[in-house]
Amino acid sequence: MRRRLKILEFALSALWRRRFKNFAIVVVYGFTIAVLASILLMTDALRGEAEQILLGAPDLVVQRVAAGRHDLIPIDYAEEIRGLPGVGEVSPRYWGYYFDAFTESNFTFVGIDDGPPYELELLEGRLPSAPYECAVGEGVARVRSTGVGHELTLISHDGLGVIFDVVGEFRSPSSILTNDLVVFRNADLVELFGIPEGRAVDLSVEVFNDGEVATVAAKVKRIFPDSRPITRSEILRTYDAVFSWRSGMLLAVFSGALAAFCILAWDKATGISAEERREIGVLKALGWSTRDVLELKFWEGAAISVTAFLLGLIAALVHVLLLGASLLAPVIQGWSVLFPEFRFTPSISVYQLFVLGFLTVVPYVASTVAPSWKAAVTDPEEVMRG
Amino acid sequence: MNISKHRAFLLLTAVEVAVVVALVAHARGVAADLAATHIPAKREVAARLGLTDLAIWTEARYTRHPSQTDLFSPFQDFPSSLEHFPAGSVVGVPDLTAFRQPAEP
Repeated sequence: MRRRLKILEFALSALWRRRFKNFAIVVVYGFTIAVLASILLMTDALRGEAEQILLGAPDLVVQRVAAGRHDLIPIDYAEEIRGLPGVGEVSPRYWGYYFDAFTESNFTFVGIDDGPPYELELLEGRLPSAPYECAVGEGVARVRSTGVGHELTLISHDGLGVIFDVVGEFRSPSSILTNDLVVFRNADLVELFGIPEGRAVDLSVEVFNDGEVATVAAKVKRIFPDSRPITRSEILRTYDAVFSWRSGMLLAVFSGALAAFCILAWDKATGISAEERREIGVLKALGWSTRDVLELKFWEGAAISVTAFLLGLIAALVHVLLLGASLLAPVIQGWSVLFPEFRFTPSISVYQLFVLGFLTVVPYVASTVAPSWKAAVTDPEEVMRG
Repeated sequence: MNISKHRAFLLLTAVEVAVVVALVAHARGVAADLAATHIPAKREVAARLGLTDLAIWTEARYTRHPSQTDLFSPFQDFPSSLEHFPAGSVVGVPDLTAFRQPAEP
């Protein structure tokens, strides 16, 4: 143990002699780790959040496809679907998009059944229960400077202005679901959009047994060949793919960081400087064994990579958990005018951290030791002469 | 006080590990709190309003509701069109391994 500490002391002294170069390596290496870890932490947090929240999504959504695209569905379909074994409530859903010319942003309108005033924990006020009432998401309230007790003017399908009383505003923790929403009674939304009588946007189907959802979906498809059933598990799978680190832009950032790391490791692995070779020669001439030299180089690599890994990990944890991934959010944001502020539900697996550590620390240490081995087994005089 | 380099390194590493452990513990605590409070409340919002998607990208139908979008090859509005919306780059290709076949009659 004492011998190891002495070699570590010597390794640290050697690193200190080239402190500016090694400091630069720690900064670049740490930055690479921070980027990789930030992507892993952020995508994991978003995927975990989507998975948990969307468990509340309908068991099965039935769309109608006409001319290759989503079309309004006849409400008559609901009767026949309701008759299938294992199926509970089948409700028409009314929803759609609205381009708000005042703010140049897109809102999503959602209709709900008529019913008594309904309160939600994440809603200040209540859901609409009377004609010309609505509830708005935080983003809509912000861009239209409205809120509970105020009004919201919208343009209907026939070009007329319609004034709604805002009776509810979704609180910010629900922004990831409700930021761009405006919620109406179904009847108001049908009137606003001019949806023909007897039609709905799609149908929400309740299936009592989760294990039968796929069977019900197949039966719906058989009865109505022009329908497109979408199960909740398909919705969850979509988000699993959307927030996979393997996808699109995130993969580009991820692979860029990984490529930078590979270049760093490759630079180390392809050779050591003349000064380092001379140092190894002197040590061998002084009686150090090959094993001692390799141990020295191992500690040099380990000291740099462990320090860079931990600093990079700390930076990533602070960036994602405390700063809401403020540097990566613009990559995700795209051109959205209404974009929810990310408040991540942290999702950290120790396994993931170990994998990241293993994939970065081990190659770097190996690329430090490997070229030194070649110098260490060569005759000291030859090494010192270069 | 003159402290040897290996002691300083081990001390620095211990401090870094302690910070990582503290941040991970803090994150797990926050996650547990949120799982107990906000997640069920958000799930209730999704269930009451029948929501199927997250309100992250509002640029286009296929980015606002990725799970409900038309069955086109991803993000083609017209032949040879370039990607209009940066958010499209974030979404990966669909998983077709579980592509559902029609049930046997």
